[in-house]
Amino acid sequence: MATSVEASPILRRPRWSKRAQREFIAGLLFSAPWLIGLVVFIAYPMITTLYYSLTRYEIPLEPRWIGWKNYVDLFTGDRFFPKVLYNSAFLTFIGIPAQLVFALLCALLLNLKVRGQVIWRTIYILPTLMPPVALALLWRWILNPELGLVNNALKAIGITGPLWFASPLWSKPSIIIMQMWAVGAMTIIYLAALQGVPQELYEAAEIDGASTTQQFWSITLPLISPVTLFQLITGVIWSLQFFTEAYIIGGAGTSPGAPEGSLLFYGLYLYVQAFQYLNMGYAAAMAWILFAITALVTWLLLRVSRRWTSYDLV
Amino acid sequence: MSTTMSESGIAVRQRARRMVLLQRTLGQVALYLLVAAVSVLFLFPWLWLISTSLKSPEQIIAVPPQLLPNPVMWINYYYGVTFVDFPRYMLNTLIIATSVMLARIVSCTLVAYALSIVDWPGRPILFALVLATMMLPGQVTLIPLFIIYSRLGWVNTFLPLTLPALFGDAFFIFLMRQFFVTIPRDLVDAARMDGASHFDIYLRVVMPLARPALATLVAFTFIWTYNDFMGPLIYLKDRDLWTLSLGMQGFTQRYGAGGTALGAMMAAATLYTLPMIVLFLAAQQTFIRGIVTTGLK
Repeated sequence: MATSVEASPILRRPRWSKRAQREFIAGLLFSAPWLIGLVVFIAYPMITTLYYSLTRYEIPLEPRWIGWKNYVDLFTGDRFFPKVLYNSAFLTFIGIPAQLVFALLCALLLNLKVRGQVIWRTIYILPTLMPPVALALLWRWILNPELGLVNNALKAIGITGPLWFASPLWSKPSIIIMQMWAVGAMTIIYLAALQGVPQELYEAAEIDGASTTQQFWSITLPLISPVTLFQLITGVIWSLQFFTEAYIIGGAGTSPGAPEGSLLFYGLYLYVQAFQYLNMGYAAAMAWILFAITALVTWLLLRVSRRWTSYDLV
Repeated sequence: MSTTMSESGIAVRQRARRMVLLQRTLGQVALYLLVAAVSVLFLFPWLWLISTSLKSPEQIIAVPPQLLPNPVMWINYYYGVTFVDFPRYMLNTLIIATSVMLARIVSCTLVAYALSIVDWPGRPILFALVLATMMLPGQVTLIPLFIIYSRLGWVNTFLPLTLPALFGDAFFIFLMRQFFVTIPRDLVDAARMDGASHFDIYLRVVMPLARPALATLVAFTFIWTYNDFMGPLIYLKDRDLWTLSLGMQGFTQRYGAGGTALGAMMAAATLYTLPMIVLFLAAQQTFIRGIVTTGLK
């Protein structure tokens, strides 16, 4: 057998062997698409957005340096901005938990020994498949105050239904109801998590005389907490950027987020500033604030969750 | 009535057993009722969609609403695809979705290969960067990209919606990487021993094994591109270039939200949703696995 080069300690170079060099070049070549993408589609635009956010930039005019003015204006001079923050906070802090609880309840229901689980699961998941534009159009019709399905059903049992999307008070809850209908993806994720809980734990608890409720609170909920955290984070990120349904229902014309700006969510307002008022500098400042809020909320959730999320039990 | 001790004992035991059986049956019935009730809740909007899509304008505005269309207005489906140029929008949507899909199959797997199989010092840093950019809101890069595309004259072309896919996407790179690391190392090493280059291994060993993960990539890329509204809204001004999502919105702009066009609009909405349903039923496992592993709808 010939002596292999690798076997001889004298011939092996300290760090950059031929093989290591080859691997390094291969690594660079294979990751080249994303390395270019990282520079062109992420790093450069991010830095440029930061620069624009410090300018007055109404296209097609050139950007003009104004320092922190956009940020100051947003928080002190803009009569819409507090409302926008409130709307998005409403969707995040009420909508996402509501969706999570509902999804978990549906998953618990499907996880019980029901026959024909595939069929039920399909029924629960179908609404998730509806494209957001179609979803918004359908629900605007279902929640139509006079002709809609819901208000006529309510009328049949003697209740006068609200104006739903046409009422500044009810428009956001209507959005949440609509999203709860399309909660199937979250349900499926929870269902997979529930099925991953070891059956022995329940059997042991049963022997110790724990009730079903006790088992839920002390076995099920802690064991699926990483999934809850994950869904919470992705849900919050989604809700901060919420756009399509708000645009379809609230509109973006002269009175965006109608009625009375109650559907003017962060993503929609940013779009209106950038692509209707062509206030690119102002919208850029909003984009960086959005980025900061997203990062902050994610970090906070990860931090706070250390107390209630358990990874060790699984 | 008098009974002996043993007889009554048997009777009590039988009654107890019957009670347990009854309780269990009642519990089962209650469970199925609950599951079915929630299902009705989920199904009703679909019924309402299809029923409205088949109603005459007079019946649509009838109070109280009737569930069964009478007469059945199949013509609404004709109106639905002709009031707005539905076939063209479908074609545009498919062109964009297919381009993005093909580009991502290549770009994301190449990068994922560099993050899993190739053993090089840049790997951990690059992986950290991929993870870090996954949660980056699209709005942070939107404005400069829009300005660049405008200057290049690419507004009103599909390029801003398709070209970036050639450079990978953090989320799908992550998805593919997670799959590639599960490929047995021995397979790769054996191929290397035989003198195969990294490109050979990528093409002949890794890619054929990656089919399930690729199916997830394809399915979710298709859904997200098909559903995307903001991208086309910003970049496609010309009606002839519209996608279905814009076309559906155009329906409202042109014919209003209510009244006579509603049947046609609901018909168009049904046809717009149908491919998603068909795709789901055809590839249920891929979808479910995709949702569970990626956590996204």
